[in-house]
Amino acid sequence: MHDEPYASAFAIKTNLEAGYTYTDGTFDLAFTLAPRSVAAATSSSNSVETAVRACQSMNPPPPESLDECGEARPWPGSTLTGGRGFGAAVAGLTAVPGACMAETLDAPLNYFLHSYGPAARPTMYLGWVLVGVCAAVCFIIAVLLIMAVRRKRPAADPRAIGREGEGLEWLYIGTGISTLVLIGLVVYSLMVLNAVAKPPEAPTVTLTVTGYDWWWKVEYEHSDPAQRFITANEVHIPVGQPVLIKLKSADVIHAFWVPTLAGKTQMIPGLMNQKWIQADAPGTYTGQCAQYCGAGHAHMGFEVIAEDIQEFEKWRDTQRRPASLLPSVSNEDPGYKLFMDRCAGCHAIRGTKARGTHGPDLTHLKSRRRLAAGLLTNTPDHLMDWIIHAQQFKPGSRMPSISLSEAESSALATFLSKLD
Amino acid sequence: MVEPVQLQSERLPVGSAGKLSGGWWGVQTLIVTEACLFGYLLFCYFYLAAQTEQTWPPDGLPSLLVPGANTLILLASSACVWAGERGVHQSRTGRGIAGLTAAIVLGTAFVAIQLMEWRNKPYGMTTDLYGSLYFTITGFHMAHVIIGLAVLLLLLVWAMLGYFDSRRYVAMTIGGAYWHFVDVVWLFVFSTLYLFPYL
Amino acid sequence: MASADITERPIDDHLARVPEIGCAPPGSDIEVQLARTWESEPGWRGWLSTVDHKAIGLRYIVTAFIFLIIGGLEALLIRIQLARPDQTLLTPEQYNQLFTMHGVTMIFLYALPILSGFSNYLWPLLLGSRDMAFPRLNAFSYWIFLFAGIFMYVSFPLGQAPNGGWFNYVPFSGPTFNTGPNIDVFALGMVLLGISTSVGSANFVVTLFRMRAPGMTINRVPILVWGTLTASVANLLVIPSVSLAFFLLWLDRQMGTHFFDVANGGKPLLWQHLFWIFGHPWVYAIVLPAMGIVSDALPTFCRRPLVGYTAMALATMAVMLIGFEVWIHHMFATGLPTVALSIFGAASMVISVPSSIAVFAWIATIWLGRPVFKTPFLFFAGFVMLFVIGGLSGVMTAAVPLDWQLNETYFIVAHLHYVLLGINVFPVVGGIYYWFPKFTGRMMDETLGKLSFWVMFIGFNVGFFPMHWAGLLGMPRRVYTYSSRMGWDGVNMITSIGSFVFAIGVLIFLVNVVVSLKRGALAGPNPWDAATLEWATSSPPPAYNFAVIPTVASRHPLWEDRLDEGRGRSNFKEGLLLAEGREAISTSPIDAKPLAILKMPDDTSTPFFLGLFISLLFVGLLLHWWLFTAATAIAGSLALIVWLWPRKALAQRAMPQGDNNG
Repeated sequence: MHDEPYASAFAIKTNLEAGYTYTDGTFDLAFTLAPRSVAAATSSSNSVETAVRACQSMNPPPPESLDECGEARPWPGSTLTGGRGFGAAVAGLTAVPGACMAETLDAPLNYFLHSYGPAARPTMYLGWVLVGVCAAVCFIIAVLLIMAVRRKRPAADPRAIGREGEGLEWLYIGTGISTLVLIGLVVYSLMVLNAVAKPPEAPTVTLTVTGYDWWWKVEYEHSDPAQRFITANEVHIPVGQPVLIKLKSADVIHAFWVPTLAGKTQMIPGLMNQKWIQADAPGTYTGQCAQYCGAGHAHMGFEVIAEDIQEFEKWRDTQRRPASLLPSVSNEDPGYKLFMDRCAGCHAIRGTKARGTHGPDLTHLKSRRRLAAGLLTNTPDHLMDWIIHAQQFKPGSRMPSISLSEAESSALATFLSKLD
Repeated sequence: MVEPVQLQSERLPVGSAGKLSGGWWGVQTLIVTEACLFGYLLFCYFYLAAQTEQTWPPDGLPSLLVPGANTLILLASSACVWAGERGVHQSRTGRGIAGLTAAIVLGTAFVAIQLMEWRNKPYGMTTDLYGSLYFTITGFHMAHVIIGLAVLLLLLVWAMLGYFDSRRYVAMTIGGAYWHFVDVVWLFVFSTLYLFPYL
Repeated sequence: MASADITERPIDDHLARVPEIGCAPPGSDIEVQLARTWESEPGWRGWLSTVDHKAIGLRYIVTAFIFLIIGGLEALLIRIQLARPDQTLLTPEQYNQLFTMHGVTMIFLYALPILSGFSNYLWPLLLGSRDMAFPRLNAFSYWIFLFAGIFMYVSFPLGQAPNGGWFNYVPFSGPTFNTGPNIDVFALGMVLLGISTSVGSANFVVTLFRMRAPGMTINRVPILVWGTLTASVANLLVIPSVSLAFFLLWLDRQMGTHFFDVANGGKPLLWQHLFWIFGHPWVYAIVLPAMGIVSDALPTFCRRPLVGYTAMALATMAVMLIGFEVWIHHMFATGLPTVALSIFGAASMVISVPSSIAVFAWIATIWLGRPVFKTPFLFFAGFVMLFVIGGLSGVMTAAVPLDWQLNETYFIVAHLHYVLLGINVFPVVGGIYYWFPKFTGRMMDETLGKLSFWVMFIGFNVGFFPMHWAGLLGMPRRVYTYSSRMGWDGVNMITSIGSFVFAIGVLIFLVNVVVSLKRGALAGPNPWDAATLEWATSSPPPAYNFAVIPTVASRHPLWEDRLDEGRGRSNFKEGLLLAEGREAISTSPIDAKPLAILKMPDDTSTPFFLGLFISLLFVGLLLHWWLFTAATAIAGSLALIVWLWPRKALAQRAMPQGDNNG
């Protein structure tokens, strides 16, 4: 399924990704369908995913141990294509109760059962304690209520009225116990707040994430301006180190949220918020805009990729470099010209004349895992689908649907495939 | 068997009797909620002023002379309303009419001077953040002054029609309370917009 | 001071008199005279001009319920869209308008107005009064509410409905990012609605302190009165905040000011402060009166007084007092300093202390009572459970670090629906089952009633409990669709099924209302053998409420014979007659001693016209028809002058000697 130009990129990244992209394998597969049938395609991925997940029983492995299942990844092939439509329909209809457990345990934003860093883990435990206490209180109240309703009472005159002034001990005891429990919870939650408010040690990497309608600009800072660089929708961090993230917004309020690594913080125009995250295990952590920001709010995702420090630095060095197009792309290349005509107003490719800042920096487009802020996996087909049908994928987005002739489309695809 | 309670009947005032009237209670709830409104307006001012990166106010410190004098005019009008209300209270309707007339004249003078003050500002409502705050806050107050003047005018008409005497004057009390409120609020607005920048 | 003045002066009969005390059995001359003076003219004129609190109360209830149905249909569309991943039934823009209108309708046009309806209908009856303190203001408040509701929906058919969510954060709702009329309609509509809520609240506050029957001392008023009083005081203090916020937003959008304009130093967080300073107390304003409904009606079905009346009244006020201080807990994720977060987080948790008083008081009342399993009881008992679940999920969101996860996810959606449906809709529906005989003179059907409860209760929990789980799985609010890879398919399907079951329950209730209106068994004055004053008069009550103003001797006037309170019996047979025109008694704020005879206004359509002109003024502002705006302002002022003009009939004017035509 992957065309030649991308094969090498995936080969390079396979070591890194094999562990945690098994679901994407199925997702890729799903997206080989016709461009407009996004809805149908996604639900068809459902059937395969469900099957894969079902194999893994109830216990989802944390990212670091995913390597074993990497083998099970159904890498794109055409053999499965046949029964997919039917499978999708069945899965869609039957997914409800049975598939629910397997699926929900795998939800990539499930912060209640999964946390992979010190900014999230104490909160997860706090959540467990609170859910436990609340469930216990609910249970006790329900029992009291049912007993109060059903308990046997001695026969009495039906017109009789109970006395006022009785029963105050209920209030004293009930409220007294509730207050004690509450004080405990207040203290505990303040301790957790203290624990997650600041990183344990000074952050080694600082980056700025700016929310746009509806994507994320990611800027890596460095004391040497030449070492700074910009990318989009994908945050790479070194494993085991706190990372400071400055949060800004270019338009409306968004919220930066990688639930398995930390809670959310609003990105407010005119204000710079900060938050820190840390991943204790290599892996891909899904993020999502968590503040309603308009038509594309549902499709404003991103990923945080935690890697060993060497991998991270290698990635950083690659990203810093401007696009190395020259040997293979001349200024007369039709794809290049098309890009400069139609795309460069909004998108930048470092090392070329394309310096637009309204859209994501595309210098190393091919290195990214996803397109359109998490909406699609990054394959050549998806890329061209996205370019041609952007308004169908993400209505209201600043990215227009670009009409391209067959020839233009293939020229642009060839050009874009060189942005590795 | 316990007997039902019997109410002792005594002589009671009928209708809108002074501070027993509904209107008096009503105007107090109005004043409470309007005071909150101005409270929130001034909160906006301080919230934005505290976070601004511009010089504040952008056009330098405001001149105090005219607005200061205007403040005294407004306070004087309050005194007139008070005197007029006492007059009506004592069945001296003439004094009531005089007090109201004076208050209306002074109130109108306040409006006129304030309009001049607006006109002399080098900035407008849309020039910058300060301009938006200044004109919105004083505009809100101006609207209240104009409503207050309408109320005073109505009271004046009623006084001239002979609707008030020593036992039916609650409209004066109610309208007067509103006018006093408008004046007291001005003191807060004045302190915020004119005195606070000097601190 | 004023009362001293009065006693010192010579007094004539127009301005003071000894009120007559006597009996007025049905059919007696005085009773007939009262009916004549208080009844509204038949026909559309009377309909337009009535100031009867009962008519207004029922209008509030019916109108708010219609809004509930509209909001519910919007919710069902939303649930169809979300039932499965990647659905394309609605475009994002349609979805955004639908969820915004759903929130706006439920929170602003249903939740408080329905409680205002109950309180408008019930307060004078509960307090033993002939009407509210300001009957005309009451009518005005209803008309403005109706017009504001219509106003907020005018742009809906054009596909330009408000689309910024009910809390409408800037800059998304500002002029740069939202150019259509959507937000202007919302902003002006909210200012308009704020007028209605404010005058309604003022009316409740003044009514409580002035309009109680003799002997209805402050420690004898029903808990519903405490709830509505607390809510009303809060409204008076915080409505200006939201009205101002929306007005400033409108100025930003239409006049070019810079309050929220980041490029010119405006601050988006100012909006959040102004909104939540209002928004949080508002949340309590739309549950406290509903809790009052339960506190007053549950004891009837437990055959005993409420346990802990005083504690409950104090808890009601304590909730609100703390509620003023915790607006920040809607803003935990805005990057405020940790110290501030700690304080507001702790304060938010403290609110559950007075709430737990309420829970244990209800349970103790059931436990110590002898429950009668009628439909209202089921709703109230079910409510207690939903209250606990909604309260506990509230405690979870008050824990700051956890809120950083829960905030803006479906967990919050679940929480707020448990609070708003559980603590508002269930008591309201239970309250309608309970007071329907008083409203209409007929009982509602018990079989359909119990069926409606169980369908609603099961549908509600099936629909909304899984939303907690969706939230814990990381599903953000306000997404118009989601991908299957997120793992939210199952919970969403269950929620959608539950929402339809719940809707069926509401439908059964509506069928019951319609059927019972025609064929319900006749109720009689006190079908439930309840304790409070509204059951002392006929069902439905006569226009004048009580022919003889009751003289109250205890908290449970109709149970005194069996409670053996020993302090005397309330008197319903003999008391103040007050039959010289529309009259009511004003009593002292604390111990309810008679202070003055009030002249109550006649029916008048001035409130309707004033309401109409003010609403048209807002239409003028919306459309920038400045001349039209000025004209409506003048028309409104004239209507107001007519309204306020002192009248002899109400003893508002000086009475020269010899002029006795009062």
